[in-house]
Amino acid sequence: MNHPTALDTETFDTAVENPTVGIDQAVGDFTYDVKYAFDAGSGLGENTVRYISSVKKEASWLLDFRLAALKTFYAKPMPTHWATKDLDNINFDKIRYYLSQGQTPKRTWDEVPDDIKRTFERLGIPEQERKFLAGVEAQFDSEAAYSNIKEIVSKQGVIFMNSTEALREHPEIFRKWFGKVIPTGDNKFSALNSSVFSGGSFIYVPKGVKVAQPLQAYFRINAENFGQFERTLIIADEGSEVTYMEGCTAPKFTTSTLHSAVVELVALKGAKIQYITVQNWAPNVYNLVTKRGLAHEDAEIKWIDCNIGSRLTMKYPGVVLKGRRARGEVISIALANDGQHQDTGAKMIHAADETTSTIISKSISVGQGRATYRGQVHIPKHLKGCKNNTECDALLINTNSRTDTYPAITVRGDSHAVQHEASVSKVNEEQIFYMQQRGLTEGQAMSLAVNGFVNDLVRQFPMEYSVELKRLIDLEMEGSVG
Amino acid sequence: MSSLEIRDLHVAIDSKEIVKGLSLTINSGEVHAIMGPNGTGKSTLSKAIAGHPDYRITQGDVLLDGRSILELEPDERARAGIFLAFQYPSEIPGVSIANFLRAAVQARMAEGEELEATAYYKRLYQKMDMLKIDRKFTSRSVNDGFSGGEKKRCEILQMAMLEPKFSLMDETDSGLDIDALRIVAEGVNTLRGPGLGVLLITHYQRLLNYIIPDQVHVMYDGRIVKTGDKSLALELEARGYDWVKTELAHA
Repeated sequence: MNHPTALDTETFDTAVENPTVGIDQAVGDFTYDVKYAFDAGSGLGENTVRYISSVKKEASWLLDFRLAALKTFYAKPMPTHWATKDLDNINFDKIRYYLSQGQTPKRTWDEVPDDIKRTFERLGIPEQERKFLAGVEAQFDSEAAYSNIKEIVSKQGVIFMNSTEALREHPEIFRKWFGKVIPTGDNKFSALNSSVFSGGSFIYVPKGVKVAQPLQAYFRINAENFGQFERTLIIADEGSEVTYMEGCTAPKFTTSTLHSAVVELVALKGAKIQYITVQNWAPNVYNLVTKRGLAHEDAEIKWIDCNIGSRLTMKYPGVVLKGRRARGEVISIALANDGQHQDTGAKMIHAADETTSTIISKSISVGQGRATYRGQVHIPKHLKGCKNNTECDALLINTNSRTDTYPAITVRGDSHAVQHEASVSKVNEEQIFYMQQRGLTEGQAMSLAVNGFVNDLVRQFPMEYSVELKRLIDLEMEGSVG
Repeated sequence: MSSLEIRDLHVAIDSKEIVKGLSLTINSGEVHAIMGPNGTGKSTLSKAIAGHPDYRITQGDVLLDGRSILELEPDERARAGIFLAFQYPSEIPGVSIANFLRAAVQARMAEGEELEATAYYKRLYQKMDMLKIDRKFTSRSVNDGFSGGEKKRCEILQMAMLEPKFSLMDETDSGLDIDALRIVAEGVNTLRGPGLGVLLITHYQRLLNYIIPDQVHVMYDGRIVKTGDKSLALELEARGYDWVKTELAHA
């Protein structure tokens, strides 16, 4: 789970507004004062990195890894030649890079603003989780709620812990793949994450083990896991199967404005990994995440990704199809509301014969929201019998909504099958009138049209997520009419 | 007992007046047919009553049980009991008929009141049985890829579920084949009763072979120019709309 809830204080100048829209980016901000046991202060430097590493009592190889990453971070330019200029508004000196477990917060439930309570209510967030998400409780007592899952999976030999613990207790398992799927220097933000990461989940599923229930980051939420720079590594050994879910549809109330995670998946021969994300960020968050999986022979990796909220999200889950007959799939839904830019997509790198990949992306742009699809499919000449199917559909709600599509498909060789379909549609007046004539308000009609648009993808989410997602779309659409 | 009263109604699209002073009162339990040549304002009338934003009412009034509905939003009019069976119903991809109707039924409930799923489906299946509609039908997306007949069936089912006080059925020029015609006719005849008033808009007399109207109105150039019983429809069929035009010219 990577909600950066109210764990951070001011990270950006309030003067740094999204230049493209005149709306108040501070809406959705929600903080309270907490004293942290460990606090690396703000700003980034070798001292920050050393401090984080020492607090975590890390092995020296890990400190060296972090320090090298810091150098890479400094050396790498911002990807502004293709990406939005809004990235330049990130002020790295104002960010706090590490905060550890806090004390009991002073805020009480009565002090939580009514509109936030209402949002939780309408999203159907359980009572206990509401308090945590609103920052009333620093700890979510998840052990009680989910400990049976932990018990069951540990009996199967599954290792499921946070990054710090995992690297300390099982370096023999995790070090081999750590930073290998996404090297430090992959991009500026993966380098940043590599130097200051904390929190996140490390999972190892032994050979042939099929984990029946999805593993949820929920079950061990604590302050650290809500960090901005979490690091996740999932290794599914030969023939094993695992599903991982992160996030939830509740909005995260925070002023921490940079979230930059790295998620690496390794599916060994014949293994299957499904990674599900549903995130709803506050409208002031930069969400810059690198996610990639490595699929060996006959392995399958599937990313199901839903992005709602944030000021700017840049995320392109990828699969490197390394072994013969490996399969990769990315299913993504993005909703860009006023003042938001969802720059999402997928990468499929075919590196073996008879590998197949599927990308289905649906985006919704509301008001002045902007959705960008960026896809990369790479099939080199020397391979045989590879297949890719890419489908991206965009739905525009208002006349000033915007969508762009940048598919980069490089296919060489003559034994491959590649399909690409794209569509842009607009909710039309006649459709809305038709629904209104049946008694739905304009807002309800709009929600229903949007839910219909993403329905075939939402059905692939686990039940509780799809229900929440529908409600969330209803909430997001409410302000879009008039 | 309800009434829908259209009083000296004038309707314009952009600045062009289409309906030019039309008056008509329908009571519960009555079926009125409006016939007329193409472009005479029949569909405009139904859209304007339902509150389509492109149709501007420049004069006159529409009263439901004595109260004007012109200030109401389209959805408020719908919830007040006005149903429009569309000539060309919109497609809503990804939304099943069952879920769409559920949302529409829910919209009619008081705030905080939750629709009870079991009871809803029981009622839905009752209506489907009554209209001889296959159970699988409601799992399809609303009108998405439907044939003309299926669209009509979908409209009739919605009408049955929403139980309006008045149904405006716009069948003009829709080129209904004989199947679609029967679906509409059987639907109306099944739902016909003391609680429902129907305004049936049709270009051809043949629909009236299946639905016997209480009154037939001939519309021409934005007005009702002749009213009679079902024999008027037959006379129209025999003599054509030119007869009306000629008669008007002499009047």
